[in-house]
Amino acid sequence: MIESNDLSKQFNNEFWAVDGVNLNVQPGQILALLGQNGAGKTTTVRMLTALLSPTRGWARVGGYDVVKHPQEVRANVGVLTEQHGLYMRMTGEEYLDFFGKVYGLDAKTRKSRSDYLLDYFGLKEAARQRSGEYSKGMKQKLALARALIHDPAVLLLDEPTSAMDPESAQLVRNEISRLRSSSRTIIICTHNLAEAEALSDQIAIIYRGKILLNGTLEELKRTVLGPVEYEAKFAHEFDAGEFELPSGAELTSRSATSLRFRVEAPQDVNPKLVNALTSRNAPLVSFQEVPKKLEHVYLKTMADAQGVTYAA
Amino acid sequence: MRRNWNAIWMVAQREFQDQFRDWRIIVPMFIMVALFPFIADNSTRQAINFMNRFGGDLILDRIIPFVVLVIGFFPLSFTLIVALESFVGEKERGTIEPLLSSPLDDRHLYLGKLLVGVSTPLLFSYGSVGLYLLLLSRRDVEFPSAYMMTLILSLTFAHAVLMVSSAIVISVQATTIRAANLLASFVVVPVAFLLQGETVLIFWGDEGVLFYAVVGLTILSGLLIRLGLSHFKREYLLGREIDTLNFKSIGRTFLARVTGNAKSIFEWYRVEIPATLRQLRQPLLIVISVAVLTIAAAYLWVVIYVPTYIEITPERVQESQKYLSANIGNLDFLSENVPAPWLFFSNVRATILFLFAGLISFATLAVTLFMVNMALVGVVLGGASLIHFSPVMVFAVAILPHGLFELTAVTIATAAVLKVGAVLVTPQPDKSMGEVFILSLADWFRVFIGLVVPLLAIAAMIEVYLTPVIIKMAFPYL
Repeated sequence: MIESNDLSKQFNNEFWAVDGVNLNVQPGQILALLGQNGAGKTTTVRMLTALLSPTRGWARVGGYDVVKHPQEVRANVGVLTEQHGLYMRMTGEEYLDFFGKVYGLDAKTRKSRSDYLLDYFGLKEAARQRSGEYSKGMKQKLALARALIHDPAVLLLDEPTSAMDPESAQLVRNEISRLRSSSRTIIICTHNLAEAEALSDQIAIIYRGKILLNGTLEELKRTVLGPVEYEAKFAHEFDAGEFELPSGAELTSRSATSLRFRVEAPQDVNPKLVNALTSRNAPLVSFQEVPKKLEHVYLKTMADAQGVTYAA
Repeated sequence: MRRNWNAIWMVAQREFQDQFRDWRIIVPMFIMVALFPFIADNSTRQAINFMNRFGGDLILDRIIPFVVLVIGFFPLSFTLIVALESFVGEKERGTIEPLLSSPLDDRHLYLGKLLVGVSTPLLFSYGSVGLYLLLLSRRDVEFPSAYMMTLILSLTFAHAVLMVSSAIVISVQATTIRAANLLASFVVVPVAFLLQGETVLIFWGDEGVLFYAVVGLTILSGLLIRLGLSHFKREYLLGREIDTLNFKSIGRTFLARVTGNAKSIFEWYRVEIPATLRQLRQPLLIVISVAVLTIAAAYLWVVIYVPTYIEITPERVQESQKYLSANIGNLDFLSENVPAPWLFFSNVRATILFLFAGLISFATLAVTLFMVNMALVGVVLGGASLIHFSPVMVFAVAILPHGLFELTAVTIATAAVLKVGAVLVTPQPDKSMGEVFILSLADWFRVFIGLVVPLLAIAAMIEVYLTPVIIKMAFPYL
């Protein structure tokens, strides 16, 4: 579990890299931390790993306070850093064995964990090769294996699938999903919005050290982009003319072959809306939600924060 | 203890493995070890032949220890490369963060890396010396004594620790190997001077002094290790992203510390200076104790040992007293020969020298210089006692009038330097090493400008204009 309250970090007594971050990530949940470069994601992660001490506020990771019990925090956290940080003259096997030792695993556990991870990430063949000879994706996988070597309760992953080919990225996403289902608490810092959308239970958008938004994807969409929109598509040109909309629905746009509505409570309003259209003999082909992506939420939030107009 | 050692060894083991797989380190080291003893052996042979032709037995005796020192030192130049690579290199390549994110303690990481930084070059260094001695054994030359060899090998060891621990201190400050290499000249240049000094000691042939050099270097290395330990902090290692010097910020911090919260000079003297003196209570106590003990030791040494070198006969005592009596009139011209401003600037310069000596030695050299000065007082009093003058009277008449100000000033200045040294090697969790350095320097400056300089000015005036008058008046009663 990860909790933080007013977590803040100031550098050189002047610059607040992180300012008042509140987080609550339960076991079995994934939080995606999104933001521009330099927004404060890495500093937040470093505070949660007890690498930097907060200037203000507190954080508890895996039940341990990051200031009072830094070693316990670090022992319970698996970290994938921004740079993979591999020792290029060590083989994959040696590297995992070294970090296994660092985390206090006995030789038998080290061997079994290392074998499992190398096998899972498809690095078994290259296990005795120096990591300097690995491809970018292989390096990233080995770094992720390092973060998982001690089977930590909490995972802090910075760009876990960057530099990976689609198959490897999928493999990593599957492993992250598996870890979530085994009650791990996970934070992912990423610029890959599709990945964040696919994996996360919670999304937080950070800008200049402050969390602008935090919630589920649905909550974020509703907050930023407003109520859900639905689109009715017709088989051919259809003039709906002026017709009475059920309360809770609002016509937002129309074309010759489609109508768009903003609906407050779809479960109540949508049946009435479909009914109204069919009663006017509309050649209805489909009636479905207009997809809104996390990308729209993110870009709109950023545009609002910077005071510029967001053009979807 | 065992757990600590295991963690240190774990870090060291990985570093060893990494080093021995890096041909850029190993190949030059092997070449140096394999080649240099042969070159040195050949040079020694030619030097010996030359000496035998023209005579120079003394130099001949000392040349082998000197060559051993030099041969031992060459592979040590790699300590800097190894240490910088191990610390800044890891930072630059981003490999340090996963390591820092692990449950390893800061000191485990530091000591593990220190162990590797020292031992690999030292291994090659001793290997090189061994090979040279092996080559030398084929020649008809006298080997240095076992004691001398122990001293030289200890010096080599101390050099290694000194260079690695300094390199680590540099590494903590730098974020790139390039920057660290530039800063490394701050290590290379003093060590080169040190080597020259040790060479002089070897040729001088005083093993006793050489022993004290080994002790001094070991203490200095220990202090540097402590300095590195106190500043090798995760927070600081990751907190710095770029190497920049913000002179404006440095100046602001320094000035703010010097002036404190005082709004006027009177408030500064009324509030800030007493507060600084309160902070100096402990170092002052140490420095005063050192002064008393040194004066007493020097006094006793003169009183006890000088008569064993020079026979103190009644005639000799009388002769000395007569000489002093005849020359007492020279004191009238003291202000012409030693003008007060010259004396003042000379003393100010000396206290600044204390600071610089203290900065490069974490106050040990400053305290040593202070002890030398105090020993002079003891020697003067001891000498007075030998010629049957009352040491108490001599102190009261010839030293106390200006000494009250001068000794106080020097004592405060030394205590301030001692505090700077102590602060530098003490962990300061929320401050960087640069901040600690600037603040300590500001603390010293506050004492220096607020107390030491005015006291030395008064002391110089008294010493030139008042002390001679008092001495002349009191001389018949001494």
